[in-house]
Amino acid sequence: MAEIRLRNVNKRFGGVQVINDVSLDIADGEFCVFVGPSGCGKSTLLRMVAGLEEITTGELDIGGKRVTRLPPSARGVAMVFQSYALYPHMTVYDNMAFGLQLARTGKPDIDARVRRAADILALGPLLQRLPKELSGGQRQRVAIGRAIVRSPGVFLFDEPLSNLDAALRVQTRIEIAKLHASLRASMIYVTHDQVEAMTLADRIVLLNAGEAMRRDGSIAQVGRPLDLYHRPANLFVAGFIGSPGMNVLPATLAGATPERAELVLRDGTRASARVDATTLPADATVTLGIRPEHVGLAPADGTSALAGRASHVEQLGEASYLYLETPARDGFLTVRQGGDTGVAPGDAVAVTLPEAHCHVFGPDGRAVPRHLTAGPTGRPGSAGVH
Amino acid sequence: MAAVPVACTQDRAPAPPTLAESRVRAAWLFLAPLVVLMVLVAGWPLCRTLWFSLTDADLKDLGAARFVGLDNYTGEFGVLRDPDWWRAVGNTLLFAGVSVAIETLLGLVVALVLDADFPGRSVVRAAVLVPWAIPTVVSAKMWAWMLNDQFGVINHVLMTTHLISQPLAWVADPSLALGSVIAVDVWKATPFMALLILAALQMLPTDCYEAARVDGIHPVTVFVRVTLPLIRPALMVAVIFRALDALRVFDLVYVLTSNSRDTMSMSIYARQQLVDFQQVGLGSAAATVLFGTVALCTALAITLGRVRLEGAAG
Ligand SMILES: Nc1ncnc2c1ncn2[C@@H]1O[C@H](COP(=O)(O)OP(=O)(O)O)[C@@H](O)[C@H]1O
Ligand SMILES: [Mg+2]
Repeated sequence: MAEIRLRNVNKRFGGVQVINDVSLDIADGEFCVFVGPSGCGKSTLLRMVAGLEEITTGELDIGGKRVTRLPPSARGVAMVFQSYALYPHMTVYDNMAFGLQLARTGKPDIDARVRRAADILALGPLLQRLPKELSGGQRQRVAIGRAIVRSPGVFLFDEPLSNLDAALRVQTRIEIAKLHASLRASMIYVTHDQVEAMTLADRIVLLNAGEAMRRDGSIAQVGRPLDLYHRPANLFVAGFIGSPGMNVLPATLAGATPERAELVLRDGTRASARVDATTLPADATVTLGIRPEHVGLAPADGTSALAGRASHVEQLGEASYLYLETPARDGFLTVRQGGDTGVAPGDAVAVTLPEAHCHVFGPDGRAVPRHLTAGPTGRPGSAGVH
Repeated sequence: MAAVPVACTQDRAPAPPTLAESRVRAAWLFLAPLVVLMVLVAGWPLCRTLWFSLTDADLKDLGAARFVGLDNYTGEFGVLRDPDWWRAVGNTLLFAGVSVAIETLLGLVVALVLDADFPGRSVVRAAVLVPWAIPTVVSAKMWAWMLNDQFGVINHVLMTTHLISQPLAWVADPSLALGSVIAVDVWKATPFMALLILAALQMLPTDCYEAARVDGIHPVTVFVRVTLPLIRPALMVAVIFRALDALRVFDLVYVLTSNSRDTMSMSIYARQQLVDFQQVGLGSAAATVLFGTVALCTALAITLGRVRLEGAAG
C-alpha cells in the first residue's frame, strides 16, 4: 500500500516561497498529475515527495509512514527524470541493474527483474547498448525500466515526454497508461501539458503560480480531468484546461434566479447561463466563459446572436478554428467547428452562446456554480440559443 | 569562366578546388606562422643539439668540434656507459612515478572537496591555486629555507612538538633528499591536478547522482562505478601532463639540492656535463636521450590512453 499524504507542505528557497500550503491525499494505485504553467513549482513538489528537496514546513507520509525527514532511498519511490538521467558509460542492462545493488538482491533475481522489465518495454534487443546508441524514445523507456525493476510503491515522473517528438509522445503516453493499468502502483506525474494531464490522470492537481500561489496557496484545483473541464473553480483553471483556451467575455449581471443568470455583454448583446448567481449582487461585473467547441454558428436569421467578423481561419481537416473580431471583447473570440465551415476571412459571422455551456465567473474570478443537467460527461440538453 | 560551357571547363581548365580542398588550404595558411615559429625556436635548437651530440664539442670553442659518431652515447666515456647517468634515470623515474601518483590521489581528494557546495567556495578555489602560481624557483628557495637543517621552520616545529629529537638534514641526507624534493613537488603541483579534475567533475551530469540517491546506492559505490569512469579521460590527460613535466624536472631539484647525486635528474645531469664539465657533446647526448625518453613516454601514454578509452566504449 502506498498512499501519499501531504499536510500543509511549504517550500522556500532562501526567502522565496515556491510552494504554498499543499495538502493532498493520493490513494494507493492512483495516477495523479501535477500540472501548471512553467515555474509554478511542479518539479519542486515532486522532488519533495522523492526526498531530493527538503520540505521547509509540513509533513509527508507514504504508505502510512512519516517520511518527511527520511532520505529518498527510505521512501520506496522510483523516479523518472526529464533528462532520463541514464549513466552514460553503462549499458542498458547495467543501467537497470545498478539500482538493485543496494537491495541485497541476488544476481539471478536481478537478472530476472531486468529481463522482465525489458520484456514489458520491448528493450530486449537493446540490453547491451550504451545510452548514446539509443534514440530519445528508447532512452526514455530505459529510464522507465530502471524504475520498474525496483518495483516501488510510488512512481514519480518529471515531464518524461517533453524531450520526445509529437508522435512518440502520444505513443509513450499510451504506454505509460498501460503500465499504470498493469502495475497498479501509485504514480505522480508532472507535466506542463494539459493534454497529457487530461489523458493520463485519475486526478489532476492544477498548481497556481506567482501572486495567486501566494494568495490562495499552490493548489488551484484538484479533481478528475472532466471535473476541471466542466467545473473549473476559477478563471485560471478555465483558461489552463482545454485547448484552445476558453473564451472570456466581460459582462454585467442583469438578473439571477437559482436556475439561470441573465447577462448583458459589453456590446449590449444579451446572453444567459445555467448557473446559480443569486449570491452575486445585481449589476455585478462578471465574466462569461465559453469554450471554442461550444460556440455555435447562428442561422442566417439569428436575430439575437453575437455579431462578429472572421479575422482568420485555421483549417485542421477534422475541424476549423475561426478567430472572430467582435465588439463584445478585445482580441479574438475562438470558435471551433467540425469539418470545413466555408467561412472565409472577412466574412461577417454571427455566433450563439448556448446557455447550458456558459460559465460565469464573479468579480473575484471565482466560478459561479453551474447546473449540468446530464452530468459532467453528458451533452447538456438542447442549446438555449438566444 | 562562368560563361564557358561545362563540358569545356572539364576538359581544359583545372577543376576549381572543392570545399574540402579550400578548407585544407586555409588551415595550412593559418598554421603557417606557428609552424615557422616552431621550426625556429624548437626545431633549430633540437637539430643543433642532435648534431653536437655527435661531436666532441667543447664549451670554450664550439667551432673546433669534430664528428665522433656515436662515441658520446656508447663510447668508453659515453652517456649510456656512465653509472651516474643511470642513477639520474632512476632518480627521475622514481620522482616522476611517486610524485604524480601522490598528486593524482591528493588532487582527486581536493577536487571532490572543492566540488561540494559550501560557503566561500570560490575564495578557497582561488587560494588553492597559490602554490601553482608561484614561480618554481621562488617556491623552491622558500622550501629550501623551511627545510634548512639549522634554521628551518620544519625542524623547529618538529623539535618543539618532540616528533624528532635532533634536527634532520632534509635535503642533504641521502635517504631524505629525494623524498623532500617529491614532497615539495606535490605541494606545488597538486592544485594543478585538483583544478583539472574539478573541471571534469563539474561536467558530470547532476541528474545521474539524483537518480542514484533515489535508488539508494551507497556514495562510495557511486564514486567508484559512476564518477571515476566518467572522469577517467580527463584524469588521464592530467596524469600525462604531469608525468611529462616530472620527467624533465630541473628547477626544483637544482634549487633544493644542486648537483647532489642522490637527487640528480636527467636534466641536471645534462646541464652538469654541458656547463660544469664544458662537454657540450656529452651534455647534448644526454639531452637527446632525455628528449627521446619523454617522446617515448608521451607516445606510450597516448596510445595506452586511447586503447583504454576504446575499451571503455566497446
Ligand atoms: N534550487 C533552487 N534554488 C532557488 N530557486 C529554485 C530552485 N529550484 C527551483 N527554484 C525556483 O522555484 C520555482 C519552481 O521551480 P520548478 O519546480 O522547477 O518549476 P516547474 O517544474 O513547475 O517548472 C522557479 O521559480 C524556480 O526558479
Ligand atoms: Mg519542471
